[in-house]
Formats: sequence, C-alpha cells, structure tokens
Amino acid sequence: MSDPGYDADEIMTVAAARQLKNGMVCFVGIGMPSAAANLARLSHAPDVVLIYESGTIGSKPDLLPLSIGDGELSETALSVVSVPEMFRYWLQGGRIDVGFLGAAQIDRFANINTTVIGDYARPKTRLPGAGGAPEIATSAKEIFVMLRMTPRAFVAQLDFVTSLGHGSGGKSRAKSGARGRGPTRVITDLGILEPDPESHELRLTSLHPGVRLPDAEAACGWKLARAADLAETPAPTAGELAALRDFKSRTAAAGAGRPK
Amino acid sequence: MAEITSLREAVGALIRNGDSVAFEGFTHLIPSAAGLEAIRQGKRDLGLIRMTPDLIYDQIIGMGLARSLTFAWGGNPGVGSLHRLREATECGWPRPLVLDERSHADMANAYAAGASGLPFAVFRGHIGDDLPKVNPAIKRVTCPFTGEELAAVPALNPDVAVIHAQRADRKGNVLIWGILGVQKEAVLAARRSIVTVEEIVDELNAPPNACILPSFTVGAVCPVPHGAWPSYAQGYYKRDNRFYKAWDAVSREREVFQAWIERHVLATSDFAEFEASLKAAAKETAHV
Repeated sequence: MSDPGYDADEIMTVAAARQLKNGMVCFVGIGMPSAAANLARLSHAPDVVLIYESGTIGSKPDLLPLSIGDGELSETALSVVSVPEMFRYWLQGGRIDVGFLGAAQIDRFANINTTVIGDYARPKTRLPGAGGAPEIATSAKEIFVMLRMTPRAFVAQLDFVTSLGHGSGGKSRAKSGARGRGPTRVITDLGILEPDPESHELRLTSLHPGVRLPDAEAACGWKLARAADLAETPAPTAGELAALRDFKSRTAAAGAGRPK
Repeated sequence: MAEITSLREAVGALIRNGDSVAFEGFTHLIPSAAGLEAIRQGKRDLGLIRMTPDLIYDQIIGMGLARSLTFAWGGNPGVGSLHRLREATECGWPRPLVLDERSHADMANAYAAGASGLPFAVFRGHIGDDLPKVNPAIKRVTCPFTGEELAAVPALNPDVAVIHAQRADRKGNVLIWGILGVQKEAVLAARRSIVTVEEIVDELNAPPNACILPSFTVGAVCPVPHGAWPSYAQGYYKRDNRFYKAWDAVSREREVFQAWIERHVLATSDFAEFEASLKAAAKETAHV
C-alpha cells in the first residue's frame, strides 16, 4: 500500500479530536487524550472548554503540556480552582459533558485498568494507578477512551478494574449508581469502537483507511463484534494534519529552547 | 505563629521518624528541596501521603525511608514509570512498601475532611472499581435523606504537611497562586507544617480572595529559592520537563540511582549545593 501521508498515531488523534463537538465541556486526561482535545480546539471546535484535574478551567495551551499541571495550562485558563473544588463542584456536580481517558487495558464492556498487570499484591507490572479516572468515569455525561489496539491492551479479562465502563454489560452500569452514559466511543489506531445499545459490548463501527478487518480482529483479545454498517474513517484532512503537526513542532521547539 | 527558619532546622525539628508526612504539590510547587532534606537527614519509616507521588517520592522510597504510601497516581507524567516505586511494589526493594491506594476524588475529599475537623469524607465515587477490594479503608454509607449509597473514607490528618509556595511575609503569612492542588487542605489538616517559599517579602499585596495560609496555621516558613525545581513556581520559573525525562534513566537501575543520591544529595549540605552539584555533573557530561 502507498504511503497515506500520515501515521497511525496521527489518524488516531484526528479521529479522536473529531468526536468532540464545539462548545462541549471536556475533562481531559493526560497524554493522547490531551493531544486530541487540543487538536479539536485548534481545528473544528474553538469553543470546546478544556478542564484539567489540576484545577484549570478553560485552558487554551499553545504548547502540548507534558503533565496535567503544566504552567501552560494555568496561565491560559479562564480560572484555576483547587483540586477538592474541581472534583466536588465541577466533576461530581455534573458539569462535565465528556471525560476523555487513556487506559493500559480495556475489556469488551469498556471497563479500564491503569492499576496493575498481574496480581495486585505481587504485580507483574505496577502501573501508575487510578488518578482521577474512577470518578470521571462515573460522573461525566459520557466517556471517550483512547488507546492503541493490541492483544495486550484489549483483553478478555482485566487484571484490575480501575474505572467502570459498562460493567458486565446489559443494564449493569445503570444499576450501579454511576452517573452518565459511560464509554460511548473507544478510539484506537486501527478504528473506532462503540457499545451495542442493548448488550453494551463494544463493536467495531469504523476502520481507519488501509486497515483490514482481520488486522483489528487479530489485535483484540476477544472475538470482536462489528456493526452491520461498518464504516471507513475519513482520512485526516490537510488542515487537521497541519494543525496537529504545528502544535507538536511548537511543543518540541519550546522544549529544546527551554532554559535550564 | 510561623517561625521563619532554615529548611535544615525545620525538617530536623518538625519531621520525626515514623511520622505520616504529606509532601504535597500537584505538578506545580512540588516541595523538592524539603524532600531531599528529609533524605539528607535520614528521616525514616515515613508514612508518605500524596495524591500524585513523583520524583521526590521515588527518591525517598528508593532510599528505603518509607514504610507506606497513600496515593492515587504514581508516575512520571508524560514520561512513564517511577522506577523506584515500581521496584518497591514489584520486588519489595529496598524494603516492602504498604500501599494505601485511592483515587484523586477520594484523597481530595479526605484532605478536605481532615481540614474541616471531620472524621470522614463522603462523596459519590468508587462505583464499580476494584479499589475497595484491595483497600478496606474505602467503605460505603447510605445518605439519611435520599437513601443513595455513597463512598466514605477516613479523613487524612498527616503528622506533617510540607508544601512550597511563592511568597511569605515577615510574619510568616503564606501566599500561593496558580495551580493550588490540595496544599491548603493538607496544611490545615496536618498537626505540623513546613512551607518553603521562593522569597520573603515585606508586603504580600494579595487581593482579598487570594489563597493565603495565615501565619497561625503554619509551623515553619523556610526561604528556599528554586526549591520546587524540577517542578515550577508560577511567576518564578518554568517546569524543567527535560529533567523529568532525564530522571527516567537515573532511576531505572538501583546502582545509578544510589550513586546519584550519594553524589548530589548526601554529599551536599543544602539545595543550593545540590543544584550546583548537578550543574557540575552536566558540564562533565558535555565535555565527554
């Protein structure tokens, strides 16, 4: 296949950014979600409100922050509140439209793990932990999850449930007391998955250009369902790619030039 | 009233072996100089508390000075793992570390309860996650008015809270701005406290709604310019993201980590000497 002019991470970021609608209030996780949320703000959704759990409301960073508490986020924010206020009034208070999370592992019902691989007491790999995710996942009106699709990440059985998705499927989330609709999209480097409206099992709804169905099936640790009307993700536009690359090169240039 | 002292005196007098200590900071204003001073003085058996443990906790844990860690997210933001924390939890080296693992909402509420003089915090959380299965301190209560089941966790009341702020005046009133994290709550919840500051000024000139810790709420105020490095102090200096990236290589192997601590922390007498020592090492590398 010929070079499409973008890489897998770029189409993942672009596809994720497109999910954010202008004016949405988005609680942003660090890493890939932050790149996607800012790309949305710099392209089709200039009025998206980005909230970081460090307490910044309405951040408009000119550079991609390395952490969720970089000075870039507070200096460009409409307001900065304390962390207790952020979690009480803003998240628990029901003011977040979408929580945008990353994950190390995800299962067929979009429950996610960022705590341990292996046994909790004797972990094979100790991951950073929950951070804000458990309450973001059960308080925001909906959740987008973003991660690369591999058999190690898309597992039949999570080693630890850090954040609730759709529980054991069906009505289990609705009965749990969680607020919001839970994960409505999982955006990967191969395609996009969405929960079935009844069973809440994730199904592939869109494949990125050049990705074949068997590629996605092989990257998934369970038998991957797909929508009857499986779509092809529109390729990134020149404008989207330019905005993303410009943002990343500004960040790299600032990092290199930063005084010690 | 806060006493204005050197950091060495404050750490010596206010942190005791076995204490629970919250060196708080949320990416911004991390009390790095105070953490290193605790290592220098060999404070041990510490029960560490922090929402987002980062490099200073990696350093304290790597030196075997901590018995437990109450936390929600332990990583090097945007870089990867805290290797010393990982080795302590995965291999029990240099000593086993008891984990009291929470979420951010959980700890933020627990600090606020501690600052409020309440025995526990209540919030809507830990729904469908496995943390309550591994942490018996996370319980549920029923709202007496609506019947809704909510999460309850014990208040956090550290023996000592340690934070970094931009300024204090000569009476020891402390002013903080930018990302505030849970520092105000941590100091108000703690039995004793140490605040390192960028500078001591005659007048704070703060607007009426500024975040102020009045002198009577603080134990010791210690001027330590640049004392939050490699994190940042808004209005003074930026986050040194390059050092966060460089820490990954320093912390990966036990021996490299120990040699780094020996040379730059244990062989120096204060934060200014520590920074000079790092600069000298950077020059050597540049000449190789």
